[in-house]
Amino acid sequence: MTAEARAPRSRLDPEPVTRRDVLGLAALWSAITALGFGLIGSLRLPRAAVLSSPSKKFRVTLPDSLPAGQAFVPPGRAVALFRDAAGVYAVSLICTHLGCVVKSTPTGFECPCHGSRFTLDGTVARGPAPQPLPWHKVTGGGGEYVVDEGANVPQGTRLQA
Amino acid sequence: MSEQERSSSALREFARNLRQAPRRFLETVFRHGPPRTDRTRSTFVFGNVFLHLHAARTHRWSLRWTTTLGLGLVTAAAFVITLVTGVLLMFYYKPYPDVAYQSIKDIHFVVPTGLFMRNVHRWAANVMVVAVILHMARVFYTAAYRAPREFNWVIGMGLLVTTLGLSFTGYLLPWDQLAYWAITIGANIAQSPREITDALGITDWADIGGLQRQLLLGSDVVGEEALIRFYLLHVMLLPLLLVALLAVHFWRVRKDGGLARPADADRRLGPPPADAYPVFTEAPRKTYQLAAVVRGRTAAVGNGPEQTVPSMPHLFYAELGVFMLTTLICLALSLWIDAPLKELANPNVPENPAKAPWYFLGLQECVSFSAFMGGVGIPLIVLAGLGLIPYLDREERGTGVWCGGPGGWPLVRWATLFGLAAAIGVEAFAIRCGWLREWFPDIPQLVITFVNPGTLLAALYALFSLFVVRKQNSVRAGALALFTCFLCGFVVLTIIGTYFRGPNWEFFWSPADWPKH
Repeated sequence: MTAEARAPRSRLDPEPVTRRDVLGLAALWSAITALGFGLIGSLRLPRAAVLSSPSKKFRVTLPDSLPAGQAFVPPGRAVALFRDAAGVYAVSLICTHLGCVVKSTPTGFECPCHGSRFTLDGTVARGPAPQPLPWHKVTGGGGEYVVDEGANVPQGTRLQA
Repeated sequence: MSEQERSSSALREFARNLRQAPRRFLETVFRHGPPRTDRTRSTFVFGNVFLHLHAARTHRWSLRWTTTLGLGLVTAAAFVITLVTGVLLMFYYKPYPDVAYQSIKDIHFVVPTGLFMRNVHRWAANVMVVAVILHMARVFYTAAYRAPREFNWVIGMGLLVTTLGLSFTGYLLPWDQLAYWAITIGANIAQSPREITDALGITDWADIGGLQRQLLLGSDVVGEEALIRFYLLHVMLLPLLLVALLAVHFWRVRKDGGLARPADADRRLGPPPADAYPVFTEAPRKTYQLAAVVRGRTAAVGNGPEQTVPSMPHLFYAELGVFMLTTLICLALSLWIDAPLKELANPNVPENPAKAPWYFLGLQECVSFSAFMGGVGIPLIVLAGLGLIPYLDREERGTGVWCGGPGGWPLVRWATLFGLAAAIGVEAFAIRCGWLREWFPDIPQLVITFVNPGTLLAALYALFSLFVVRKQNSVRAGALALFTCFLCGFVVLTIIGTYFRGPNWEFFWSPADWPKH
């Protein structure tokens, strides 16, 4: 297309992109892209690299008189320990629905926040909880145990007493 | 003139200037006379950086009190009140676990007027939440979101979400039992996309939920990092965002030609009152407008100024009246009911029942069916639906009229009936008969996530609204039905969450029936 063939354009109706604008637009978009990536990069800051949570391992002594199937909840911990003929195991008391601490009852666990119910081994009986209560790793022996809230074991894993 | 005379005349001038300084100072502050003529009334508006968000003249339709009920202004006024009282509370509040609780107790019992300021802050926040919801309903029912106001409706939704965010981050700060368990539940709702990723088995490499929770809490437990983050959101990020959105919201109201009014507003209003001052007697003979070089129609095209009145005093006095009324309501509520403060946060024992403030209890009812759908899925669907309304409804009938357009009031009455019946019916069924997990204990979680009372209710509403679209042959009628239904659902769920849920979120007819511990 030759220059003469172009329709005359007015000041109010300029060409969509003139040749001269291409470099300017390229510079503008480079700057915007660079700033965008910079912004995304700076969002790494709020994501903590080191988590300030207290140690997840704790020691616990089970009373000798603890009957089989009855929960022992160490003070200040959201874990229930059980001892039966097959051994010792620890069930988390943190509801898998929205993180409330469930209450231990003789038949299982109930969550006060949204009504989830779990059986004694942590299986969901009713309510909105999507997952069973996890079992934590237990080590030690002879009445003294170490529970690691950071390590889960498959349901049914018991430590031989 | 001798040297001496000249210096004495300069001295006289100095004395005269000094005498006139106060008057001159006022003249430089207000660069025009008192707003008595139409011209000075206009300069009063556009010569002032704060007032010029308004147009210099306001249409008479906008000033009828049934046009807006003043709801947007109530919201803005309540925000200003929370801003002032909030800054005052910051003098004493310390964002650190346990210390935070003590500082709120200090504000409550020791700080002069502390209790009163906290009450006003809390009540103004509540008024703001109510008013922002009602304001949205007003804009919807008068179809004021239509062109050219589509995007301002979307900005308004941003303001609604920011307002709710401010309320949520606000009631976390006292670090009492309500605060602690609300942060816990909120952070876990942020983590609830895991309900989907776990079911699909992709959590290990696409853990969006975990990332969101970690960004909110700054840790994997609720503690000092979480509190400082919520404090930052509450006093800095969200208020700044709100002010920015508010400025755009107001500015666009003006740029979109003031408030929406029916096409025949001038005829409905009748001629201006006989004593009204004629508009163009003193107008400049020429007008210079940027609009001359801008493409497209400006909002002023086709809208004569004959039905407008000067914003000063007509609009500003009305605004001042609404502001005073809002302040009065907040003060009266504050003198009547104190803001609650529960026991110090106890990470081992949640309250039973652990209830959020009333405006989140509908949401709490939804998350008691499924964390992800109730806390993330349904709210996102509702927001997306609301945001699409002005882009789907491009009809013209009924703009600016309450329940205007196809269907009208009878449709709204039917939709109210259906909305209430469906919500009560679904809830009654779920409460009496339980849900899928009780019937089929081994059912996959994904099924419950997508088929639960909350999603069922949303689907019923959507079907009803599609039926209305077909029957009335109008998108506006469908939107009218859907919006009414969701409003009814919100009310029903909120009432059930507030009055009929007891320990373990069980249904009780009255708190008197709650089991004693």
